Amino acid sequence: MKFQQIDQYAAHLASDKRASVYGGTKSGYDARLRALTTSYTAPDHLRKLAGNIKQHTIENLDTYLPQVEAKLQSNGVQVHWAGDADEACAHVLRIMRARAATKIVKAKTMVSEEIGLAPYLEKEGIECLETDLGEFIIQIDHDHPSHIVKPIIHKNRREIATSFEKNGLGAYNDDPQVITLRARQFLRHKYLEANVGISGANFVSAESGRLVLVTNEGNSRFSIAATKVHIALVGIEKIVPKDRDLEIFLNLLARSATGQQLTSYTEFIRGPKSTTQPDGPEEMHVIFVDNGRTDVLADECRPILRCIRCSACLNVCPIYRQASGHAYRAVYPGPVGAVLSPLLAGKRFSEMADLPKASTLCGACNEVCPVNIPIPDLLLRLRDRGKKEKSEAAAAATPPMGGFAILASSPLLWKTALKAGVLAPLVPPSVMPAAGKTWVTTRGLPEWRGGKFRQWMKNRKKS
Amino acid sequence: MARRQIPPMDEKPKEILIHSNLSSMSTSRDNILSRVNAALKPLETRAAYPEYSDSVALTPALNSDLGLWENFCERVKLVHGTPISGGATALATWLREQKLTHGYCDPALIEQFQDAMDSSITLETSFDRTRVDDYQFGITRATAAIAETGSLVLSDTDTSSRLAALAPWVHIAVLNRAQIYPSVAAAIANLPDDPNIIWCTGPSRTADVEGILIEGVHGPGVQVALLMD
Ligand code: SF4
Repeated sequence: MKFQQIDQYAAHLASDKRASVYGGTKSGYDARLRALTTSYTAPDHLRKLAGNIKQHTIENLDTYLPQVEAKLQSNGVQVHWAGDADEACAHVLRIMRARAATKIVKAKTMVSEEIGLAPYLEKEGIECLETDLGEFIIQIDHDHPSHIVKPIIHKNRREIATSFEKNGLGAYNDDPQVITLRARQFLRHKYLEANVGISGANFVSAESGRLVLVTNEGNSRFSIAATKVHIALVGIEKIVPKDRDLEIFLNLLARSATGQQLTSYTEFIRGPKSTTQPDGPEEMHVIFVDNGRTDVLADECRPILRCIRCSACLNVCPIYRQASGHAYRAVYPGPVGAVLSPLLAGKRFSEMADLPKASTLCGACNEVCPVNIPIPDLLLRLRDRGKKEKSEAAAAATPPMGGFAILASSPLLWKTALKAGVLAPLVPPSVMPAAGKTWVTTRGLPEWRGGKFRQWMKNRKKS
Repeated sequence: MARRQIPPMDEKPKEILIHSNLSSMSTSRDNILSRVNAALKPLETRAAYPEYSDSVALTPALNSDLGLWENFCERVKLVHGTPISGGATALATWLREQKLTHGYCDPALIEQFQDAMDSSITLETSFDRTRVDDYQFGITRATAAIAETGSLVLSDTDTSSRLAALAPWVHIAVLNRAQIYPSVAAAIANLPDDPNIIWCTGPSRTADVEGILIEGVHGPGVQVALLMD
């Protein structure tokens, strides 16, 4: 019997990586919780409200998408649509080519990871430099982000210092302050040389067409102060109906992501720079990206499209903490990724159908989600789909349930099994049936408690 | 991540799909919108837009014994911002304490500030991007401030140079009492008619390396709010 891929990855994860990830998810946890629970009299009401606003939006995208498009155009923004990853990348390339532009500075956007933008452009001879500190380190290391908010959660300062040294960014020094200053010094000249700044958007208001960017480092500010063209890659689900809704989402996003009331910078971008302003883009483009989202919208799991990418569910997930983000084999890790990645994979769903099983269904992800996504419920639906579609990935390491059915339907056999179960930990894995062997290799068996309840009931009746 | 080609929902005649740039662009738009329509069509009801009051996300009330500036100061310190009251003279003293001698100043403010500074401090009224590292500080006007969060509001209309407010280690945003909003909700309800509004809540920061907080990544390491009245 095969292992679940995520278990296999976790089993081979180096212990310092596991420690980094585990520490990273726990650090700031108290601050995040405090910020959410002590700021408001009814925090639960607030996240349900946020969830309802987003649910309303995605269920009315047929109205909001044309509305936001018209608004953006009247604000002087050029709007493009991309059905898939290739088309999105091609739009960027076309804009670059038309201006004979060769250098991009890019702020953090998950969509760009999803569509593989940087490698695509590099093949075309265009420099596409990451400017978020974490993403920059990922880029010089040829690595992949393993967390949505903290892309290098899996790295420690010694690894970073080593790769800075290798890349000519100064002699080895693992002081985070020094690392940050060196990146500051290197990147500020890159912004000023670049032709185009690329960003994502955390929210887009259908009412005003304002794009809202939420950042801490100031890199997206810098790229749209130094360059002449701004391109924003936006997933079609990023819309909120009105400007006033932003108050709720801004409050929830920063608290859930980093425990801040607001992030250092909240940018409301409505179009090219004003005519009196010396710095900034004269041209602005928004590329609306589908890349599988309309398939998700058609699915009963559509509430996952409410996600505002805060990473709170990653930070609380016992599986994520042990396995790390790379174990999820996709751009979106953790509980949100376990739902979203198989759905975004479209026809290749079954290859990713094991991910919904990477959960203990403890419900922690739902409890912290600022838009109240019922993640465990969605995971169960996807498990069911994986089974129906006979996904091999999903079936890995799943003990056949046939034996259980026989036991469960005969009271006598059941009782005997309960009693005999106490012997289970004594069975050496080598003589176990295949399914059992795979199970215990990556997990410890709990102490057997079978039959105790029945015993207790019997005694209770007697007294 | 896999690249994918999703077939359009309603089959259009093949030749429409192979076309010049322009019509393929509009085809993508139409395809996406028709997939959205098809996805939503089976829904019997659509979730309604929920009603809610403007104060729903208001955080602990401001101290009503204090003015908005004093409340702002309390909150701005929580996010490691630097509030200074006392206008140009107070700023000149602070700059000398910090040993800052050379910076940028919004041309509209230069008269007010030049007088207060002695000859040890030089102010330039244009920001030369080829000498980005020469400016130790930048002085520009704030559009507003938010007491609830300790945020400064900047905009294209009031910021004389985006780069000057961003690239130097110290940014000084100049404001008056009347410009302070009590809450985020009030600031959003009054978003100015401007293509680029930025709320600055404390200095630029990161915690990417081992979760350790470092201030001054790409933007200012010191964010000053200077009260003029
Ligand atoms: S699913 Fe919820 S908790 Fe997880 S990243 Fe998205 S919004 Fe945050």
